[in-house]
Amino acid sequence: MSDSEKAGTTQANGAWPLWEIFIRSRQGLDHKHVGSLHAADAQMAIENARDVYTRRMEGISIWVVESKYIHASNPTEAGALYDPADDKAYRHPTFYQLPEELKHM
Amino acid sequence: MTPENIFEDKVAKEIKIEPRDWMPEKYRQTLIRQISQHAHSEIVGMLPEGNWITRAPSLRRKVILLAKVQDEAGHGLYLYSAAETLGISRDEMYDQLHTGKAKYSSIFNYPTLSWADIGAIGWLVDGAAIMNQVPLCRSSFGPYARAMVRICKEESFHQRQGFEILLTLCRGTEAQRKMAQDAINRWWWPSIMMFGPKDDESPNTIQSMRWKIKRFSNDELRQKFVDVCAEQIKTLGLSIPDKNLKWNEATQHYDFGAIDWNEFWQVVQGNGPCNKERLLARKKAWEEGAWVREAANAYVEKRKARENIQAA
Repeated sequence: MSDSEKAGTTQANGAWPLWEIFIRSRQGLDHKHVGSLHAADAQMAIENARDVYTRRMEGISIWVVESKYIHASNPTEAGALYDPADDKAYRHPTFYQLPEELKHM
Repeated sequence: MTPENIFEDKVAKEIKIEPRDWMPEKYRQTLIRQISQHAHSEIVGMLPEGNWITRAPSLRRKVILLAKVQDEAGHGLYLYSAAETLGISRDEMYDQLHTGKAKYSSIFNYPTLSWADIGAIGWLVDGAAIMNQVPLCRSSFGPYARAMVRICKEESFHQRQGFEILLTLCRGTEAQRKMAQDAINRWWWPSIMMFGPKDDESPNTIQSMRWKIKRFSNDELRQKFVDVCAEQIKTLGLSIPDKNLKWNEATQHYDFGAIDWNEFWQVVQGNGPCNKERLLARKKAWEEGAWVREAANAYVEKRKARENIQAA
């Protein structure tokens, strides 16, 4: 983790930067995005996330990422981006018609 | 398909709109207004109840009220973060609240005069809020809908604790029963005004329903709320302060008396009993908290500098 990630980047007007919050709700599950909040640094973001997003035991682990480091695909290009997977029904088990007697396959 | 067609098509098919999707400017502005006002309401809503934290009658009541007020702060934060995905900054929203440009729910401009008011707020004000909010869990804008799901899960305890306070008072002394009835008398009408102006005087409703931001009209939700409360009051053995409230066999709903819309608009326009006090309290908290925000930034800078020296 670089310094800037740990510390957060204060905005020109002194406003605390925005952080995206990810919570692991139970051992064995993925961290899931739950929302965002403002904090001066990563430690404060984790403490605030504890108070804002886990008041009722919703989590056992918290990830925080400063929002400006999230890179996202462009929704207007979604068609072209996912096109390669669009016509490949043979990647799914239901594509194959097999005799009834094969019960467990 | 044009971006507009794609948007309309998604809304029609109940596919959520997400922050980076194309959306009409008016849809964006409507959502910013609605979500930020909703967030402001949660934050200002902490003030009337905060008034009773130090005076709650038992430790049990005190921890419950603290937890409830903390939830309201959390709800404000979920909603501010949902609004920020639409491109407005937190500081802009605070500024709109502090300058009076943005509104918040008028209900919080009424004072909390007795402990029974905390019960009445939980039962009626949170009850009305839930009635409003449950359909918003299906709102067409993804971040708003997701915030509302979390809020609705948490609100349920708010209403139940309020009803329990009233029930306890109603099973107590004559003076306690009177106190509960007095609180209901003062909170009933402002609570049913929470659903907003009548449908034919609510300019934003039709477009909001077409865009599936709202699912039910103000009057539909108000009627549902009156129907529910008219039954629940029986458990308390108290009365709703409306002599025209009665079951209508033909409509299968309760009829109720005329709402004093003059009072509603007076409070909206800033002339309610506590408008000035609430806004001053928010501004004071923001201004007097400036040093905390600055100190946190200074601490971050200092630590960054120290880490740089160690790394060198």
